[in-house]
Amino acid sequence: MAESHGGAKGPAAGAHTEADGGHHGGGFPPFESSTFASQLVSLAIFFVLLYVIVSKLALPKVGGAIEARQNKIEGDLAEAQALKDQSEAALKAYEGELASARSRAQAIGNESRDKANAQADAERKALEEQLAAKLAEAEKTIASTRTTAMSNVRGIAADAAGQIVQQLTGVIPDAASVNAAVDASLKG
Amino acid sequence: MKIDPIHQFNIEPLFTIGHIGNQTIAFTNSSLYMLVAVAIISLLMLASGAQLIPGRLQSVAEISYEFVASTIRSTAGAEGMKFFPLIFSLFMFICVSNLVGIIPYTFTVSSHLIVTVGLALLVFFTVLIYGVAKNGLKFFSIFVPHGVPGYILPLVMFIEILSFFLRPVSHSIRLFANMLAGHIALKVFAGFVAMLGFSLGAIGWVGGVLPLALTVALYALEILVAFLQAYVFAILTCIYLNDAIHPGH
Repeated sequence: MAESHGGAKGPAAGAHTEADGGHHGGGFPPFESSTFASQLVSLAIFFVLLYVIVSKLALPKVGGAIEARQNKIEGDLAEAQALKDQSEAALKAYEGELASARSRAQAIGNESRDKANAQADAERKALEEQLAAKLAEAEKTIASTRTTAMSNVRGIAADAAGQIVQQLTGVIPDAASVNAAVDASLKG
Repeated sequence: MKIDPIHQFNIEPLFTIGHIGNQTIAFTNSSLYMLVAVAIISLLMLASGAQLIPGRLQSVAEISYEFVASTIRSTAGAEGMKFFPLIFSLFMFICVSNLVGIIPYTFTVSSHLIVTVGLALLVFFTVLIYGVAKNGLKFFSIFVPHGVPGYILPLVMFIEILSFFLRPVSHSIRLFANMLAGHIALKVFAGFVAMLGFSLGAIGWVGGVLPLALTVALYALEILVAFLQAYVFAILTCIYLNDAIHPGH
């Protein structure tokens, strides 16, 4: 193909403006039927080649890579979900354990407090009984002492009354009448 | 200075492979760029590793995979995944060869009608053969829309059948015409810059700024078109295959 004017070396890089050398008789190349057979044969060869490469090698490879990635992502998500479930279960178990421990501690506290209360009550009761017994004994002692003292007072009073009567009258009174008079005045 | 926007579409035989009848079958520049596209796709898909955490190249490969897969699922349903290799091959072949073709001085495979017709007919016959093999005569119920009154049904059926058989035409010409027109427009605007400069001197070079800016903008648009036409081709393939998989309208 002869270039007519030393070529187009203009700044428009996209342009190549060679003049047609007249090899094709000025016909319009896409409609030149003499080239059709060659083009169809090359198209058939290369398109079949491309189809075979695409269907046997390219698509399985790229599709496999995409699928592998998809599976990996799904697997990872499932694993993350499983781990999350696991940790949630652990948390729940921990909380359950905590609650039961707390309730057990409360029960133990209640029990020991009740026991301590009961013991204290029993001790107090025993002490009170002891004290009451001592008090009763002491009262009894006081009463007997008072009775003894009172009977001594009567004797002393009778003696004193006999002496007083003797001093005043010079007569020794009869003991029975003195006693009766003392008793009457003690009662009086 | 003459702009020749057609020259870039020339088919140059590089060496002869053989003969079919009186036709010479040559390995042409077009064949070379088909080979380049196949090589780039293979490299992208196979040499990009299969790591758990993808690198850049592997990300591109996986994005292409997911993109085509989701396109099929949304248009033809899960059953359409049967045709995943076909649609992936079509999409990647057209997309990569278009993107390679947009590099200056390269050749664009899909700027030739015979190539896009070949691909469109491949889709057409895949739909037809799979549709009939899977659904039997029920496949042809796609020509009979529901809820159409009896008296205009023949007309509607005629239109449906016509549109079915015109599918490969529109399917192929859409891609071909887009690529052809885009490349011609790019060439014309870019050539205009050089033409202004060489014929008018300094004033021409200054004046060439405008077409240059336009060329840059057009170039960006063509990159979009290169991808978009591949996507359109693939999604139309999905829609046509959906007819074969689910013939009820």
